[in-house]
Amino acid sequence: MIELYDSQRAMRNMRKAAIQRGVVAVLDVGTSKIACLVLRFDGTERLSDYDGVGALAGQAGFRVIGAATTRSRGVRFGEISAMQETERAIRTALKAAQKMAQIRVDHVIACFSGALPRSYGLAGQVELESPMVTEQDVSRVLSACDVPDYGAGFDGGREVLHAQPVNFALDHRSGLGDPRGQIGQTLATDMHMVTVDAVAVQNLAHCVKRCDLELAGLASSAYVSGISALVEDEQELGAACIDFGGGSTGVSIFMKKHMIYTDSVRMGGDHVTSDISMGLQVPKSVAERIKTFYGGVVATGMDDREMIEIGGETGDWEHDRRNVSRAEVIGIMRPRVEEILEEVKTTLDGAGFNCLPSQQIVLTGGASQIPGLDGLASRILGQQVRLGRPLRVHGLPQAATGPSFASAVGMCLFAANPQDEWWDFEIPTDRYPARSLRRAVKWFKDNW
Amino acid sequence: MQQVTKPCDPAPSRWSYRFQRLMLTPFFRLLLRVGVPFCFAFGMVTAYFGNEERQEKIVLAVADMRHQIETRPEFMVELLAIEGASESVEEDIREIFPFDFPTSSFDIDIAHVHEMISGLPAVRAADVRIRKGGTMVVTVSERVPVAVWRTWDELTLVDAEGFSVAELEARADRADLPVIAGEGADADVPGAMAILEAAAPLGARVLGLVRMGERRWDLVLDKDQRILLPEEGAVRALERVLVLNQTQDMLARDLTVVDMRLAGRPTVRMNEPAAQTWWRVRQSMTGIKQE
Repeated sequence: MIELYDSQRAMRNMRKAAIQRGVVAVLDVGTSKIACLVLRFDGTERLSDYDGVGALAGQAGFRVIGAATTRSRGVRFGEISAMQETERAIRTALKAAQKMAQIRVDHVIACFSGALPRSYGLAGQVELESPMVTEQDVSRVLSACDVPDYGAGFDGGREVLHAQPVNFALDHRSGLGDPRGQIGQTLATDMHMVTVDAVAVQNLAHCVKRCDLELAGLASSAYVSGISALVEDEQELGAACIDFGGGSTGVSIFMKKHMIYTDSVRMGGDHVTSDISMGLQVPKSVAERIKTFYGGVVATGMDDREMIEIGGETGDWEHDRRNVSRAEVIGIMRPRVEEILEEVKTTLDGAGFNCLPSQQIVLTGGASQIPGLDGLASRILGQQVRLGRPLRVHGLPQAATGPSFASAVGMCLFAANPQDEWWDFEIPTDRYPARSLRRAVKWFKDNW
Repeated sequence: MQQVTKPCDPAPSRWSYRFQRLMLTPFFRLLLRVGVPFCFAFGMVTAYFGNEERQEKIVLAVADMRHQIETRPEFMVELLAIEGASESVEEDIREIFPFDFPTSSFDIDIAHVHEMISGLPAVRAADVRIRKGGTMVVTVSERVPVAVWRTWDELTLVDAEGFSVAELEARADRADLPVIAGEGADADVPGAMAILEAAAPLGARVLGLVRMGERRWDLVLDKDQRILLPEEGAVRALERVLVLNQTQDMLARDLTVVDMRLAGRPTVRMNEPAAQTWWRVRQSMTGIKQE
């Protein structure tokens, strides 16, 4: 188990180094766009050692000094399908962001939405050696979690992206945030683990490396957009964040400030566009334009009279002078959006979302800007639906404040206030290699 | 119409991307901003001065300019004024003065001149400076001779500190000064002066002082009389002799040496006839018959 996390540990160390140096880039590799933000940490705030949210929602320590977006290339369903193309797109975004920031960036934290994320809830339990819970006990209980066979260890297998302890329990007292120093006999923990396709991670790492950058962290896009789009009480009481992206729709459920479930639906705004493209017999770019200008999901009588010139360049006059009513466009879009929402509904039901005390649903991501989506979503998903926009962070340009930047902004928060993951804790002593000094110390402690 | 050319790729090429990152590297920027101009300027200057002819020209021009400034009338020294020196010393100073007037004050090494003038035997201290108006002023305080030191082959004037001031042709030239003699006499001139001062009551009877064994003094009187003084407390011993002289008129008697070297046992050596007489008197006083 431990060996698996060496790369994560290395990335975490690299992130620490990057934050020490003060500049880190955040890269959101999406299906329709690649966004890059350059953060500068001024070191005004310590990054760990406190509970809860710090000053200015934990954003006092950093500032966005560069932001760039470019059309994504070579990414399908949130996974890299053409490496060269994606590498070029990443390079474009990074170059523009570096130019705006006027600083060279060496470390990058990336997120992606695809790669079939899968959630696991793990539980572990140990008897304490001493009455008081120590750091080693926490490590031991985390190691004691029974890990399901998620398909690790072979090529094309899966890799752990997040493994966050969400709850500690000490002798029937549950809901402890930090058990260290408390008195008890049995320490139990619940952990949430997210695995993704290892190939997708390797591809992304390779692309980043080809851009002369060091990968200092990885995150699931559903998780980070949840961090930025959900407000504090929603995270505390329980809410689902639905990130409508281009190629995939991420679902993440938060409870008590921890993500407890994540999944993705491999459909998104690009599918709506291709539906329009197929339905109206127009190129993708025109379809995208029609979608963003005239799209919607609820048709009214007015929409029957609003005619849209499609245009075209075939040379056939009849074909190039076609008009469609807006109601027709809506008629094409709505079934696909409904399908996506139904899939999301299935996912949420499978996760047991309707058992949560609060069932707030927040829609964010680029495709959540379709007019009338909230109404449709509340009919399918439940009454408490709102459209979410990402938090405001220092120095973010106005152009990057829309819901499509939810995951990019969430990455900023993730970089500034990382959640404790499994690999952030000490390695338990008995997992240390033989001949280790710490092991010798433990032997002395046990025998005298 | 279809586009004939391929739409250009918005992505930067690998090399342009790397170049941009390089240009954003702080160290590299510093190198460009400072290093390149520095190297360029350094190279230009080196290339320009690499030519021997140019170097020579520049050196010449600088030397010429320097010469022009140095020979301005404001910096010229035309006169040597010597204050506080007797004629002979002044002559000496003018003789050893190493520069010909007029000369530039840049060329005159005042410290050297000061050293040379201070090195003259007759000069105790000297003060050398260049006054406004092109005058070099040497203020000298001379050594004052207090005694004549007679050695085997010459007569020397010495001052109170024992430095020899000048040579003397004949003793009669400075009859006013007392004479000291003996090897190492110049080492304790102050002691000699103290003794001579104490011997003032003897007046003209004092001929001089002789340094014995480089450690103590003999006071030489006329009529071949000597007072041998100890190393320590010579003045005190002399005073004792003088008191004896006052009360007993000792020195007027027929004796050669008063030995005061041992304070507890002052000794008197008489002349041969006096000793004979003394023995006779004693014998007659004790009643021993003359044979």
